[in-house]
Amino acid sequence: MAEKGDFTMSIIEVKNISKLFGGLAALTDVSFELKKGEILGLIGPNGAGKTTMFNVINGFYSPTQGDVFLKEREISNLKPHAICKLGIARTFQVVRPLQRMSVLDNVIASAFVRSKNKAQAEVVSFEVLKFTGLYDDRNIISKGLPLGKRKRLEIARALATGPEIILLDESFAGLNPTEINEQIEVVKKIRTEKRITILIIEHHMKVIMSISDRIVVLNYGEKIAEGTPSEIGRNPSVIEAYLGEEHRA
Amino acid sequence: MKKFLPLIIFAILLIVPLMGLSTYVMHILILVLMWSVIGMAWNLLGGYTGQVSFGHAAFFGVGAYTAGLLYQHLGISAWWGLPVCIVVLTVLSLIIGFICLRLRGAYFALATLALGEICRVTTENLVDFTRGNLGILIKDRSWVEKTWFFYIILLIAAGTYIIIKKVIESKLGYYFVAIREDQDAAESLGIDTTFYKTISLCLRGVLTGIAGVFYMNYMGYIDPSIVFPLYDLSIVTVMVVMVGGTATYWGPIIGAIIMVFLAEVIRSLPQIGAAHQTIFGIILICIIIFLPNGIAGDYLKLWEPIKNRWRKKGTSL
Repeated sequence: MAEKGDFTMSIIEVKNISKLFGGLAALTDVSFELKKGEILGLIGPNGAGKTTMFNVINGFYSPTQGDVFLKEREISNLKPHAICKLGIARTFQVVRPLQRMSVLDNVIASAFVRSKNKAQAEVVSFEVLKFTGLYDDRNIISKGLPLGKRKRLEIARALATGPEIILLDESFAGLNPTEINEQIEVVKKIRTEKRITILIIEHHMKVIMSISDRIVVLNYGEKIAEGTPSEIGRNPSVIEAYLGEEHRA
Repeated sequence: MKKFLPLIIFAILLIVPLMGLSTYVMHILILVLMWSVIGMAWNLLGGYTGQVSFGHAAFFGVGAYTAGLLYQHLGISAWWGLPVCIVVLTVLSLIIGFICLRLRGAYFALATLALGEICRVTTENLVDFTRGNLGILIKDRSWVEKTWFFYIILLIAAGTYIIIKKVIESKLGYYFVAIREDQDAAESLGIDTTFYKTISLCLRGVLTGIAGVFYMNYMGYIDPSIVFPLYDLSIVTVMVVMVGGTATYWGPIIGAIIMVFLAEVIRSLPQIGAAHQTIFGIILICIIIFLPNGIAGDYLKLWEPIKNRWRKKGTSL
């Protein structure tokens, strides 16, 4: 594919991350690099530590061991709001819109991170809402949105913070086929038009195989494979742990 | 029309003292305005920022005592409490915020409840400094006529209203509501939640303290059980705002009107005089069930049936 060029510059480096909750190891010695401009998929069975990985990168958890680097700067112990200001935005697996606010207000609240005043925040928000196709729904109270649009709102909110990297946590789960196709277009546009690097967690195999440049596979908190979608599809240990027979290429 | 409503109400209130109302009515109006300030201040942290606190009396009492102690120890007018309480309450809010704002939900509410009580017990026991339960009496009061007190509290209330409106319509307001709706999501969207909660707490503390300073000057006497009461202040404030409507500009004002008038009316009925708090509690329960957003938040629910009935009557005639 033409849009998948060579990605050489590392933007996030996850180095030997372990995260323990009491005696339970959610992550054990996981390392990978996110390269500028790529879409990196993070897959694995339930409980493999994918969302924990996001929480470590995003600053909700500080790692028990290891470090996270953003452009060679250590960010392991920064708070989420500081990490957001440095350019990493995220969405949540269970959608968490600011329920009693309108769609527009949700996005404006995020846009203030890099806007000096409300007028500027509104300009950013209108642009993001048009980009994600939520412009016509901007005055709806977000509690009343259908799931597909709430998932989109999560993305819109993350985009409004003006990130360099966006972490998408199951942005496709629970969507119907039409919504999935729309969502794929949005995700692709984020990379091609906004030049934002994407790290994505997804269970939907067709989606992850078609949009990722590379994939990292976690199982029981350990990295068991890393490679292009076709390599991952052929990897015997990935097939055994997660994919099953049908995805054998 | 809606835009000018606050101005119209302000103008009407400006001429109220010229109408020759009795001192009793003026007293009621002054109390309504004071409770509006207390409620609006609570609303900032409890309503918009979503940090429900049961320690409102701490701020009110410290404001009142700031004014009283200035008079008691330095012999200056208790009105100097107004500028001084801004500093005192900012410091107090920062300390309380540092301790309590790391807690969430019910834990925050309980911690603030304890802090309110700590303030009361401390004031009762620092007898050399605060005169303990003897309280502080302003012996040489500058004036006692209600008119000027009314104008002063009217200005304080109008100022509070304007400050809160400006804050809520700015970036701060968006951040406060974002924190209320989902603290983790807010944090991940680049909002330093601890910092903005602290700002909200400081603003609320200072505004409540100003009401406390006014109370000291107006009543001329305070003691710990009057200005630090758990029920009569901290809990009533929560009820005032919930009845009126949390996170609305007019909610605390409507709540204050209802609470003050209801208390006065019921108190004057000999049979049920002592039950005014019970009745206020029953009203609160009904409001929580039928108008969860309070009167100001759900006034359409009240208004629609009346309008419809009115219309039906009109057509049948």
